[in-house]
Amino acid sequence: MNNLTKNLLYVFVLTVLISVSIGCGGKKEKGTLIESDAASKVYVEPGKFDEFYAFISGGFSGQMSVYGLPSGRLLKVVPVFSQNPENGYGYTEETKPMLMTSRGFIPWDDSHHSELSMKDGAPDGRWIFLNGNNTPRIARINLSTFRTEEIIEIPNSAGNHSSPFTTANSEYVVAGTRFSVPPDNKDFPINTYQENFKGALSFIKVDQNTGNMNIAFQIMTPPFDYDLSHAGKGPSDGWFFFSCYNSEQAYTLLEKNSTQKDKDFILAVNWKKIEDFIKQGKGTDKATAYTHNILNEKTHTATSELIKTVKVLNPADIPGALFYMPCPKSPHGADVDPTGEYIVGGGKLATVIPVFSYTKMTKAIESKSYDGEIQGIPVLKYESVLSGEVKEPGLGPLHTEFDDKGFAYTSMFVSSEVIKWKLDTKEIVDRMAAFYSVGHIMIPGGDSKKPWGKYLLIMNKITKDRFLPTGPELNQSAQLIDISGDKMKLLLDFPTVGEPHYAQSLKADLISKNQLKIYKIEENNHPFVTKSEKDARVERKGNEVHVYMTTIRSHLTPDNIEGIKAGDEVYFHVTNLEQDWDIPHGFTILGSQAAELLIMPGETCTMKWIPKDAGIYPFYCTDFCSALHQEMQGYLRVSSKESNVQLYFNSNK
Amino acid sequence: MKTLRNFTLLSVIFILTVLITGCSSKQEDIGIGPVKKVTIGALDNSQADKGKEIFDMKCITCHKFDTKLVGPALNGITQRRKPEWIMNMILNPEQMTKEDKTAKQLFTEHLVQMTFQNVTQDEARAILEYFRKNDGAK
Repeated sequence: MNNLTKNLLYVFVLTVLISVSIGCGGKKEKGTLIESDAASKVYVEPGKFDEFYAFISGGFSGQMSVYGLPSGRLLKVVPVFSQNPENGYGYTEETKPMLMTSRGFIPWDDSHHSELSMKDGAPDGRWIFLNGNNTPRIARINLSTFRTEEIIEIPNSAGNHSSPFTTANSEYVVAGTRFSVPPDNKDFPINTYQENFKGALSFIKVDQNTGNMNIAFQIMTPPFDYDLSHAGKGPSDGWFFFSCYNSEQAYTLLEKNSTQKDKDFILAVNWKKIEDFIKQGKGTDKATAYTHNILNEKTHTATSELIKTVKVLNPADIPGALFYMPCPKSPHGADVDPTGEYIVGGGKLATVIPVFSYTKMTKAIESKSYDGEIQGIPVLKYESVLSGEVKEPGLGPLHTEFDDKGFAYTSMFVSSEVIKWKLDTKEIVDRMAAFYSVGHIMIPGGDSKKPWGKYLLIMNKITKDRFLPTGPELNQSAQLIDISGDKMKLLLDFPTVGEPHYAQSLKADLISKNQLKIYKIEENNHPFVTKSEKDARVERKGNEVHVYMTTIRSHLTPDNIEGIKAGDEVYFHVTNLEQDWDIPHGFTILGSQAAELLIMPGETCTMKWIPKDAGIYPFYCTDFCSALHQEMQGYLRVSSKESNVQLYFNSNK
Repeated sequence: MKTLRNFTLLSVIFILTVLITGCSSKQEDIGIGPVKKVTIGALDNSQADKGKEIFDMKCITCHKFDTKLVGPALNGITQRRKPEWIMNMILNPEQMTKEDKTAKQLFTEHLVQMTFQNVTQDEARAILEYFRKNDGAK
């Protein structure tokens, strides 16, 4: 007994010592204090859901990633502008048309900004838009299926950066060109830039029922670099604000030549007024070429249409609809606060953050408080539109988002920090270091009328030592910050996909309640659907062979196929007959030149395959579906071109 | 010590009784699911035809009548099982294979989870009518 007591005492003392040493040894993050309750604030219990969906642009991956906040869990990567071997997007016959452009099939893009569709100035969770920067395009993703449903190409444009921001009811999404180019891509000498190059601002109309987009009009403005934009809201609804740099109109070594002037501009566009001009017949339909690609949910098949005209407006056609507001210096962000009164410019090279007043702007327009004009567009006097400046914000102000308590948050790229400031007084109330070189920042609903001012997500350009190293190439880092109190508090770091630029976020239930779980097999109108295993078959048309195949746990029908000849064009049209959520089947065959098919319940997908040589080619299900998944396999026999092997298929014979 | 042993024995008996009565209520025959009572009358041929159409699209991949495929052969099913059980198996296969004694037994024999194929209760009723026709109901 005595021994037992001693031992117990020993264990007790040891436990106390260990606890104390852990308690005192609280590890400090590099250069920043992590709050002791940070872990519990981002902890989402297994089986529980995050409060917010976050849609983070995929940058040079061309895709869009979906995260849960506050946990930072990666929920999905939605393929948009790049082929995705993981599910066959851009490889299947059904999805290849999504990546068609007037320049042919393009398997990649650089996607910068995501923008949720809006109703009354707040995100409604129906769709999200994403821009393709390199080969100018805008995509619309359906948030009940998380699939890219539509991609429209933007003509007369290059470097589609100022995009795809939308108006308060998503009447329009916009596409302002970062690289001014000659209309219809003519090959003028580069040194005729000022004369022959134009900055096209495209307004794309969104059908409120289907979401379908069409280019309503393009405004041909002076050849500046249109960088970012945001729509007005509330009192300023009806206006759009585009930041632009390179008012010097330089076309070489822009690093030096486009940064000569102290101020560039934010262009205010009165799109409601332009709608009136168009009703009066203003604008010219000009020849051009761009594609419009739509995925049909009933046929599970995309089509690509080439459109050959676009309505073009010159500033002279629409007097009183365009005004330049001077903005220091080489501005990036053009962000409108929740009330719609303040327009905040992020001047990369400025020493202040200019805040413009919508009320003052309308008065300046009324009183013609101009400071000259550029190609017929009046330039408003800086002082007459300025609400105030945020002084000594740090270095390199880029982007501003807003909470629901009258505060703005601005990223400082060069000094690698975020500042919090008061919109009415322009007074800085807090600042916090970012790791490292913060670019875009995002508050759920933070560019809308109704921000959920609980979290701030910042997306950093440089990662360095934030995570375990992975060789020369590191994933970019995002950081989640608690903004519910007076002081910003760092909660979480997590790596991201590609190089995120902008992001969007909203309350999860606005989306989670609308999810499609299966495609109803009865409603599958794919031209090559097989709705019953009884109808599974193989048909030959010349050297084309169509395999009508079905999948269900755990067999493919037919699973023995003969009579295929080397050089035949074989199309596997595989229908997944499952009608149960989260039971996709995969399909591939030895030597497949495409990616796999990943077929959702009730869906039909098609793989094209050209066997070169005679032989036996096994095929199988690639997505582990059941206990007998390994048995989900079959054989296809390819014979020589000259052979007389008859077309034959069966299952279980 | 003897008291304790008796107590343990009593507890075990008590728990077993609860478990057995819990599992062996009349529910056993009708299975577990939304269908509590099915009224069977004269064979409705048009319903049976509708049932065949649905069966050919959604069930035939795994079930034949005369022989086992993925799941069991279906000849005589309306004699082996109550109509409610059949419909509950169609409408609620996951819970059935976990909790219904007969369905659990079938799962251990066939080893593939029967899947819900997104049919409505009316459609399941039509499939039942098709089974009855197949089994010779008039």
